[in-house]
Amino acid sequence: MTEITSLSLFELIKNIKEKKISSNEAAKSFVDRSEKSKKLNTYVTENFENCLKLSKEFDNKPNFDLKLPGIPIAVKDLFCTNEVRTTAGSNILNNFVPSYESTVTQNIWNEGGILLGKLNCDEFAMGSSNETSFFGNVQNPIAKNLVPGGSSGGSSSALAANLTPVTIGTDTGGSIRQPASFTGTVGLKPTYGSCSRYGIVAFASSLDQAGPMSKDVKDSSILLEVISSFDKKDSTSIDFKRNNYSSELTRNIKGIKIGIPKEYRVDGMPGEIENLWKKGIEYAKDCGAEIIDISLPHTSYALPTYYIVAPAEASSNLARYDGVKYGLRSSGESLIDMYEKTRSEGFGEEVKRRIMIGTYVLSSGYYDAYYLKAQKVRQLIKKDFDDAYNKVDAILTPSTPSSAFKIGEKSNDPVSMYLNDIFTVPVNLAGLPGISIPAGRDKNNYPLGLQIIGKPFDEQTVLNIAYSMEEKINYKNNITDWWME
Amino acid sequence: MDGIMSKNNSEYLIERNDNIYEVVIGLEVHAQVTSNSKLFSSSSTKFGAEPNTQVSLVDAAFPGMLPVINEYCVKQAIKTGIGLKAKINNKSVFDRKNYFYADLPQGYQISQYKYPIVGEGNVILDMPEGQKYVGIERLHLEQDAGKSIHDIDPSNTLVDLNRSGVALMEIVSKPDLRSPDEVNAYIKKLRSIMRYLGTCDGNMQEGSLRADVNVSVRIKGSTELGTRCEIKNVNSIKFMQMAIIYEANRQVDLIEEGEEIDQETRLFDTKKNETRSMRSKEDAHDYRYFPDPDLLPLEITDEFIDQLKSEIPELPDDKKKRFIDEFKISPYEATILVSDIDTAKYFEEVVAKMGKNRDMKLAVNWITGELFAVLNNKNIEIAHSPISAKNLAKLINLIKNGTISGKIAKTIFELMMDGDIDPQIIVEEKGLKQQSDPKALEALIDKIINDNREKAIEYKQGKEKLFGFFVGQAMKASGGKANPQLINEILKKKL
Repeated sequence: MTEITSLSLFELIKNIKEKKISSNEAAKSFVDRSEKSKKLNTYVTENFENCLKLSKEFDNKPNFDLKLPGIPIAVKDLFCTNEVRTTAGSNILNNFVPSYESTVTQNIWNEGGILLGKLNCDEFAMGSSNETSFFGNVQNPIAKNLVPGGSSGGSSSALAANLTPVTIGTDTGGSIRQPASFTGTVGLKPTYGSCSRYGIVAFASSLDQAGPMSKDVKDSSILLEVISSFDKKDSTSIDFKRNNYSSELTRNIKGIKIGIPKEYRVDGMPGEIENLWKKGIEYAKDCGAEIIDISLPHTSYALPTYYIVAPAEASSNLARYDGVKYGLRSSGESLIDMYEKTRSEGFGEEVKRRIMIGTYVLSSGYYDAYYLKAQKVRQLIKKDFDDAYNKVDAILTPSTPSSAFKIGEKSNDPVSMYLNDIFTVPVNLAGLPGISIPAGRDKNNYPLGLQIIGKPFDEQTVLNIAYSMEEKINYKNNITDWWME
Repeated sequence: MDGIMSKNNSEYLIERNDNIYEVVIGLEVHAQVTSNSKLFSSSSTKFGAEPNTQVSLVDAAFPGMLPVINEYCVKQAIKTGIGLKAKINNKSVFDRKNYFYADLPQGYQISQYKYPIVGEGNVILDMPEGQKYVGIERLHLEQDAGKSIHDIDPSNTLVDLNRSGVALMEIVSKPDLRSPDEVNAYIKKLRSIMRYLGTCDGNMQEGSLRADVNVSVRIKGSTELGTRCEIKNVNSIKFMQMAIIYEANRQVDLIEEGEEIDQETRLFDTKKNETRSMRSKEDAHDYRYFPDPDLLPLEITDEFIDQLKSEIPELPDDKKKRFIDEFKISPYEATILVSDIDTAKYFEEVVAKMGKNRDMKLAVNWITGELFAVLNNKNIEIAHSPISAKNLAKLINLIKNGTISGKIAKTIFELMMDGDIDPQIIVEEKGLKQQSDPKALEALIDKIINDNREKAIEYKQGKEKLFGFFVGQAMKASGGKANPQLINEILKKKL
């Protein structure tokens, strides 16, 4: 039999339900492999002992009606977990242990999931390579010294390395889809309002969305079904009819219209990305989809708009980390001195940079020129998609303009780092669902992803297209366990 | 001549070197919304609890916590807007006002900046010289901050977050007020309206009502506004008035010395009775207001507003008009009776219990006279009056139908306070019924005239002052129970 850790979530659930594998056996396998994979630096906080204990308890009193029966799952360290340290990858929350649980993780535990541990991420989810984490770089299991993407870099790495059967990330500008693309895995950002933000450490409130990350599309549909719920505790949560995404999953996408936006053919895009996209179009056609050229005219404004809106919200969201109530407190001569020292020592460079940008664009005299204008452009970007969706059911683009880069390669060039988000950011600005699926390899044999963007609340179509194309693409990661040598 | 002159009761003018200045005042009143729970969390708002016992994860701004609007507070704000005859906005937006302070856990206050829930309205003041309209600029909802306590620990500031997140209505007036007296009338009227509506208890001691006072001065007759100073967070009407007088005179002195007034924020020192600079315009906070992305714009339908309108009770202005029309009392009396909702209720109950043969004059006089005096002395609210409206109405009816005299009534009133006793019972038990039998009184008077023959002769010879002596003797002889009108009549006849 295949190793437990390399099973898909769907297969693992099947085996547990058929009592071929116990929850405790599964937990042991993932804990063992995680223990042997410390070099990847995926975990910030391990919950191994507790996971083993809870899996035993599950086996003593199993409930196979649950959607995640006794499944061990590690989650991004941006989700607050009751009595388990939650750091958001930051020194300022280094010692923070919540007394409450995020809605998304609670949904997972309610369906039988068991917490394996908390996964590394860029500090406050600000980054595209996991290099801004206070807890250090994460290695991409694809190759040594390769970034796993970010900000959900610990999640993508742990998933690709088979340290967890599935995981959850958060996506503000591409933080699920880009790391999925860099690690040959699947990552879905749902429609804004689909998954509750309650209990997720906030980065940019109008953009943040939690979503599933998995080895294949079916697993994402299973996990989305669990985590997506209307929540009164989040005023931006939306009460819409959610599908049974996994049971409604189908490869029949005959006649579905897929748009190809010409504006995503950006200057300087590597030829291999262009080729990947072309191949993707062919796969989609093979699946029975109709390909239609479309235009999203304001695409080029998306990245600058994002880098105004997101830092503006972040500068305000991060004001609460002031050393007064919880988290790090440095001693100071006065209140202001304490603030300055706490925040200087507590925040890393990238977070400080974004707080500065955000504070600047909201300042009196600059507000209209930056923040207000960005909000107007955001409306135009949204309208671009609305117009496009009069003609098509979904949109196909590359996930990222390049494959994974080396650790340190871009860390001194924030603008080049920000360019990583060029294809993912418009989706967040418009609040749409988007998925990244592995679709090929570059010249170094590093994975490359394609993105499918859907209509609001139409995750099912996005999943169906991805499910269908996945079969044709037939991509398999080739992980050598190099870090265990 | 330097000094303060005044043409009429409520005008406040400052005269310096032949220049006459008037003071222009606008108020930003912060009124705590009457609500069991906070604006964006379910924590209790009860006053006086142990520090930090009414604090939720949202109030303390824990990571990942999100605000959820309290619908009741929204209704309260709309009701208040209706009471201020103001425009209710169908769409309003919550903004973040960003600044750092130890008692502001989020690092921002959720408030409404560009799009408040309530727009322009007005309040009518009843001044001695007539009615005055004061414009309302807007009313918006916002969170209160916590409390920093500097005087418990010698080296640390302690923070109490019980108040953090409590709903406030900020009611901004137009710069229409011209004197400390008008400020007094305005605050009292605002408080009265909100108490009628049940939207704010107006308790200034508990901080439920406080105000930022904007003051400027200008030459009387000028139409341009002078540079204003804002006096922050004044928590009593008396202090507001003192602060305005100090500040207006300070500004006039500066102008007279040829100096400029700096637009600044000032604090009122209640011990020294002076305002002093807190921060200048240049040092003003840049609050970086922007719409709170955790909250959607607040959308209110006309049906929702109409429903609330139908729940609005009769407000002071309407009640006053009705009291004048229905009960034929003077506008002055009506103003006093409607100023407090519980007084108005008490009065109406007395009127109802008096029945058909009611005497409004007596009712008004007894409530605003004897009863108010007792309540003031004992510092009791009329809602907890030691004498119920029912029994006061009975007492008034006993006077009205001649059973007792006004003088005896005062004695009975004192006795009634000991457990709200029925005055009829006191009259019977103590035998205080007025003596109105003419025959008995005639006999009594005959005896007095007989005993005072000489004085009776003097009276007849023209010493009319002595009439009062005979009245007094008669009242004394009757133990105060004789009907004074009958005594008068009989004495006139007999003498």
